[in-house]
Amino acid sequence: MTRSAGRSVPRSDARAKVTGEAKYAVDASRPEMLHATIVRSDRAHALIKDIDTAEAAAIPGVSAVITSDDLDGLFPRFGHIVADHPILAIDRVRYYGEPVAMVLAASRHTAADAARLVRVSYEGLPEVMSIAAALEEGAPLLHEERYDHGDESFGEAMSDDWSPSNIAHEVCLEWGDVDAAFTDATEIVETTTHYPMLYAYAMEPYNALATFDEGALEVITTAQHPYQVREDLARIFDLPLAAVRVTSPFLGGGYGSKSYTKVEPLAAVGAWFSRRPVKLALDVEEAIYTTRADSATVTVKSAFGADGMLTARDFQLDLDSGAYADNGPLVLAKAVHRCFGPYRIPNLRVRGRSFYTNTTPASSYRGFGAPQGNLAGELNMDQAAERLGIDPGEIRRRNLLLPGEEVLPGARPLDADLPADLEMVLESLDSSRPRGPLHGIGFGASASDAGAFPVSTATIKVHADGSVTLLTGSTEMGQGSQTALAQIAATELGVPLGSVRVLQSDTAITPYERTTGASRTTTLTGLAIQRACADALEKMMAMVSESREVPVEDVKTSDGVISIPGGGDLTFAEAVQDWFGSRAGEVTGVGIVRKADSTAMLPPFWEIGMVGVEVSVDAETGYVTVDHLATVGDVGYAINPALVEGQDLGAATQGLGAALFEQLIYDGPQPLNPNVVDYRVPRSRDVPRTIDTMLAERRDGVGPYGAKGSGEGALNPIGGAVAAAVGRAIGRWPDRLPLTPEYVWRLMHMETEAE
Amino acid sequence: MTIRTVVNGRPVTEPIPVRWTLAEFVRDRLGLTGTKLSCGMQVCGVCTVLVDGRPVSACSYLAVDVDGCEVTTIEGLADAGSLHPIQAAFVDHFALQCGFCTPGFIMMAKSLLDENPRPTRKDVVDYLDGNICRCTGYQPIIDAIVDASERMTP
Ligand code: FES
Ligand code: FES
Repeated sequence: MTRSAGRSVPRSDARAKVTGEAKYAVDASRPEMLHATIVRSDRAHALIKDIDTAEAAAIPGVSAVITSDDLDGLFPRFGHIVADHPILAIDRVRYYGEPVAMVLAASRHTAADAARLVRVSYEGLPEVMSIAAALEEGAPLLHEERYDHGDESFGEAMSDDWSPSNIAHEVCLEWGDVDAAFTDATEIVETTTHYPMLYAYAMEPYNALATFDEGALEVITTAQHPYQVREDLARIFDLPLAAVRVTSPFLGGGYGSKSYTKVEPLAAVGAWFSRRPVKLALDVEEAIYTTRADSATVTVKSAFGADGMLTARDFQLDLDSGAYADNGPLVLAKAVHRCFGPYRIPNLRVRGRSFYTNTTPASSYRGFGAPQGNLAGELNMDQAAERLGIDPGEIRRRNLLLPGEEVLPGARPLDADLPADLEMVLESLDSSRPRGPLHGIGFGASASDAGAFPVSTATIKVHADGSVTLLTGSTEMGQGSQTALAQIAATELGVPLGSVRVLQSDTAITPYERTTGASRTTTLTGLAIQRACADALEKMMAMVSESREVPVEDVKTSDGVISIPGGGDLTFAEAVQDWFGSRAGEVTGVGIVRKADSTAMLPPFWEIGMVGVEVSVDAETGYVTVDHLATVGDVGYAINPALVEGQDLGAATQGLGAALFEQLIYDGPQPLNPNVVDYRVPRSRDVPRTIDTMLAERRDGVGPYGAKGSGEGALNPIGGAVAAAVGRAIGRWPDRLPLTPEYVWRLMHMETEAE
Repeated sequence: MTIRTVVNGRPVTEPIPVRWTLAEFVRDRLGLTGTKLSCGMQVCGVCTVLVDGRPVSACSYLAVDVDGCEVTTIEGLADAGSLHPIQAAFVDHFALQCGFCTPGFIMMAKSLLDENPRPTRKDVVDYLDGNICRCTGYQPIIDAIVDASERMTP
């Protein structure tokens, strides 16, 4: 039988998705369900003086108007790292669009009509709209109280010398003697860049349907990490985890933006209050008021020897994290660990800070802190190459870490061959070919400590007819986990792919999975599945040994058959039925991954980004066209090559969006472009003319068959690559994204003006 | 008001609130949830359905305006369980990831190929200007539609 793993088999969810049968959270409904609409703050920073709900409540069809005063007996906040986020604003609002009240009504229209009648009186507070404003002497403080901490690994925020400040978190990293290295340097190159505020635009906006039934809470939602949401909900309602069921059906896009708790507490509070199922479905504008990605200003100073070797790097990262913590502290920590590049750096200092500002809370988005720092770090390498008169490919060749080298002290050594990946990109770009005027190439590398903390479990059930159910808490959000994980199970059990069905992300039924993020599913969930399959096979062999009375060591299995001496071959169905003595029963295999054995050392793997682009710039308008895109998916082993290439092209395209068009703009207290007309994402016409998605399969990962994760890598270095290409095309280095026509045109003409 | 329409070949007579959009009508009243909603302002195309064969954004089209018209949604494309060639090409080309944009793209492709059975690649790209996909990077979608046109008019 052909082995499933390693082949581009069609997606198992494709049929449901092309026929419209696929069910997303937004498609769920319940009899007697109420619809919720959120009343949102129209101030960025203000005290709430009064909320007058009378007129709204009097509208026929309205069941309730809920404010934070109605949450008596509940824990009124959420947040998996810092529980600072009020479900509904408590006495004060901290950003434009913050939920202040919730209207429940029999129909969506009635709820929306009534929401307009809720009158909120505010007393304005001075606003902090930027990092500069947050740092000002005597700046107003966003948070003056200390909150509960969900995640103790962020202990620094719990330390005794805590005092209120707009610096939400600080993370530093240092080794060697940085100052001495700078004193001895042949060349010092300094670069400052600005990375824009982004909106992930998962096309299905956040939504949830909550039901309270017999003391248990059920929520169907757009959550990447249903198990993490379950914890927040259990704390709010003081329920045991077993009484909270969170289900994530197919997600209409995630890209990190659906990590952790978002709208679930609101829907759940509605259900708790009204004793009816409550559906809350946001629109795109409200989704932008729910989560965005951190903007960042990054300065890097690098010291080089005459040979072009890095001797030291010194980074300062400042992230604008918005009004509440959400996953911001972790994004900052990742930004700090991912900014300095996959280079050999004898002396390193990174100082990262994230700031509270009166803007939409920032959280995870594909790449998770990496793109922000990579833009500065890689442009800095290009500028250094120029200053030192070394080819930009060559300066990277000299400094890139080699397989097995240390990236971070105490961390897993590098499990990838970066110089080889770089050559693939340079060859695809035909990098030594001279380019005409207004044409340029750029490329870049990144290595991310991916995989997150390894906690994954998986269950395999072999049924009495030999068919198989795979249960996993990993969410299908488009990445194709349903298909790839089934391929792993089919390969391990030796059964046809078609006999494996996958059930995902239902905390009441599927086994625990920490998160679906950090590109971890194939590697960590995949390992758990391998172990679950081994467990199921072992159990079936023991059963055959017992029912056929042969020593267990004589029982073998391969290709979906269990064989015993004397030529007796049993199918799985026969093995199960024989032992149970009827056409009944099933065998359950369990697989566990934790911080032990092959995943004892963190990160579970390094996720590589290696990309290149060729661009052309329009002389009249400054419009940048990407003519060639090259990506290397350094994934160890591609369980499904087409899925990996899809991840790489998708990630790269999102990166191109940030590089060329995307930015959320605040005009005073309010976002100027909270919609997808004015927040421009890549469209079909923006597709590069030539796309070269390459795979590097060196079986150097810790996952099944040597696999490592993918999904974020191709995004991380795109911004820097495009900026470098544009810089070469116009002869002037950009210092910010997006490279809009207006900005590029200004750059092109600044020089002439200065002359 | 009561509207009379034919949805996916089935006559439907339904009283509906006049302010309902076509998306609300097909999703909430008829349970045809294959039609999705995202931008709500006619720029993303996930809500595309065909009204008398022409593509419209169901998010911004009043349901009362389909009175007397024929409506085709994504659910009306597959014929007795066998996929329409456009659907089959989307499966074969990995032209979807999360799938949220997929019904809109497929309905748009249907409208294009009805109008122009052998479009060039550029025709396809231009026709899809009103459809956003955030996952795939578009290339597989364009490939699928070009391939579907070849399958349908060999
Ligand atoms: S939802 Fe109708 S066009 Fe976007
Ligand atoms: S497949 Fe996800 S938006 Fe297109």
